[in-house]
Amino acid sequence: MTKHSGPPGQPDQPQPAERDAWLSVAARKNRRRRVVLADPRGRGRVLRTIIELEEQTSVGEKLIRDLIRTQLRTGLALGGGTLLLLAALPLVFYLAPSVAEVELVGVRLPWLLLGLLPFPLCYGVGYAYRRLAERHEHDFVSSVDR
Amino acid sequence: MIDNPWSLVLVGVMALLTFSLGYVGSRRANTTPDFLVARRAVPATRNAAAISGEYLSAASFLGVAGLVLKDGIDALWYPIGFTAGYLAMMLFVAAPLRRSGAYTLPDFAEARLGPSNLRKFCTFFVICIGVLYLVPQLQSAGLTLNTITGLPPWLGGAAVTVIVVVNVLGGGMRAITLVQAFQYWGKLFAIAAPTFVLFSLFLVGPGNGAQPVDSSGVLRFPEKVEVTTVDPVRVRVAVPMELSATGLVDGYPTDGHVYWTPGLYEVGADTELRFEAGSPVPVVEGSPTSNHDWLRPQTGGLSGLFETYSLIFATFLGTMGLPHVLVRFYTNPDGRAARRTALHVLYLLGLFYVFPTVLGVISRQYLPQLLVTGKTDAAVLLLPTTMQPNLLGQVLGAVVAAGAFAAFLSTSSGLLVSVAGVVSTDILPGKVRDFRWATVLTGAVAIGLAFLLPRSDASLTVAMSFALAASTFCPLLLLGIWWRGLTWVGAMAGLVVGGGLVIGAQVVTVVSSYTGRWAPSVLSQPALVTVPVAFLTMVMISKLTARRRPDDVNQILLRLHAPDPLGFMRDRESRFGVEERSRAARGDDATSSPSGS
Repeated sequence: MTKHSGPPGQPDQPQPAERDAWLSVAARKNRRRRVVLADPRGRGRVLRTIIELEEQTSVGEKLIRDLIRTQLRTGLALGGGTLLLLAALPLVFYLAPSVAEVELVGVRLPWLLLGLLPFPLCYGVGYAYRRLAERHEHDFVSSVDR
Repeated sequence: MIDNPWSLVLVGVMALLTFSLGYVGSRRANTTPDFLVARRAVPATRNAAAISGEYLSAASFLGVAGLVLKDGIDALWYPIGFTAGYLAMMLFVAAPLRRSGAYTLPDFAEARLGPSNLRKFCTFFVICIGVLYLVPQLQSAGLTLNTITGLPPWLGGAAVTVIVVVNVLGGGMRAITLVQAFQYWGKLFAIAAPTFVLFSLFLVGPGNGAQPVDSSGVLRFPEKVEVTTVDPVRVRVAVPMELSATGLVDGYPTDGHVYWTPGLYEVGADTELRFEAGSPVPVVEGSPTSNHDWLRPQTGGLSGLFETYSLIFATFLGTMGLPHVLVRFYTNPDGRAARRTALHVLYLLGLFYVFPTVLGVISRQYLPQLLVTGKTDAAVLLLPTTMQPNLLGQVLGAVVAAGAFAAFLSTSSGLLVSVAGVVSTDILPGKVRDFRWATVLTGAVAIGLAFLLPRSDASLTVAMSFALAASTFCPLLLLGIWWRGLTWVGAMAGLVVGGGLVIGAQVVTVVSSYTGRWAPSVLSQPALVTVPVAFLTMVMISKLTARRRPDDVNQILLRLHAPDPLGFMRDRESRFGVEERSRAARGDDATSSPSGS
């Protein structure tokens, strides 16, 4: 109950005190926490945390399910949007061949659309996803680890 | 053949730099994790450069420009797909896969779905995809060396194999990370510098190039050209033309003047064709004959549209299943770093792919003779000396050749490390010595196949391995990471059906290419059909076998998706022979979780 991290040097021993600390997340809210630098985040701690999350099914499960759903939705929205945008191009070219006659700064429009545009588009979408995904993870951490 | 002493020197320098960088890196690589994952301590930007260096293969460096020269605008879907596939990988796979802590795809399958026969199937497909991807690299190396020096093609492939095997033997993953980061920048320079120079020459020098396209859009030879075929080709003639030929034409020995009416002609191997200046260019079958079709997208009708969509499917979804791309992600320290690395890779890829397109377009003006034989992969190599038959052209040509060599070296190293990693941990006991044996074995198999199999365009063969990856590992990864319901039975059924369909389609295509090309184009580009079928099979069979769902699926998904600061990530290091086999470790976990409750 008194401290968050186990003493360094014996990271693999399950610490009952620590487990209680995890269970009573709310009680821990305003307590001081000892921060140990180079805290070994080894198997022991991971294992314990998983066990704890297994025990308190309702809260932990709900949180992680929500996180997975948000991340998947973000990925699908961004990826699906990009796919639709790019996959629409062949159809447009097929149905409206006159698009190929349009010239922009001396280059035909399809060459610009296929030769240049997709690369900044992919980077932009990737950048947006990184921002969103990291925000979701940050929110998750703060909702778990208050 | 061009006698360019500069090329050989620069290629030699490239090989030497690869060796010495590998040596510097390998001095500190002693343990098994060093060999396999570079001890997971590679900075994100260097890792991104290494990933890009590994990813930009012969297909990107030579193949894209060659296909643009041959097929025109529709070939641009290759670089788009290679990039967008990386985006898909970043969105859905990068971070969770890194957090899974698994090193190879079979490892991931076992971590996610429990020990089963699935692991063996995954191993089989990893080796399939890896070797299928290695073969065109080695064949292109042969072509490059043959083009720049006239040495026999097998020598190039053998040289690349030896350099790569020795380098990987020396230091494994640790050594090749540094080598590949260097090779990305080497490749970027090797394609960017000639592009800038040649493009400005192309723009400012009207007397420099010829005007090979007449008003009706027919491509014509700018000057007198002699073409000697290496393999038999079928060419299509759109405008009546005259030429002189020595060798086999349409099965008859020919020597002297020939008059060709529009139609298809079969030219035998080692046939010499001589074209006068201004003569129309016969084009290898399957490519647009007029500039009108070359310039405009989607002129191939409905089957062309189908092929484009199939290519989009294969490349967008196949990238995430490539073993040498995945294995790189384990060198990131955590999931967040994996995501950031992937983003940086998108930037590096976009930067690169502008250049081969430009070179392909320019080579249409200067190298129409490649269209006769269809060996357009050589376009990038030949363009500098064709446009500038002087010292400048020779130096640029040498730079390009060195860049191409860097492409073969880096991609082959990456593939070799990933395939050898799978072979050594799954088939052999998984010690450093086994990794070395696996490397030699894989290299030997790949070079053997490279000699045996017929050579086709690098990008096409590579697209085939993308299709295989998209129909097998893409559904396994996507469903495994995002869907609780996946079972090992469903995953195995999906792998067998998806992979079986692609391999079957490929076998039929190869057979038909020897017996009169009767197979429909669907079979050579099957991803549009096989990927949905593989997904459906996995989902359906998993639903039918729902009770085989792993009991700890919630904990596994928690580990894949929980943010890194919570510390759920666990590396499956026990697989590397540091401790006992991972199954023992997993057994520990299983026994300790009830006792902890």
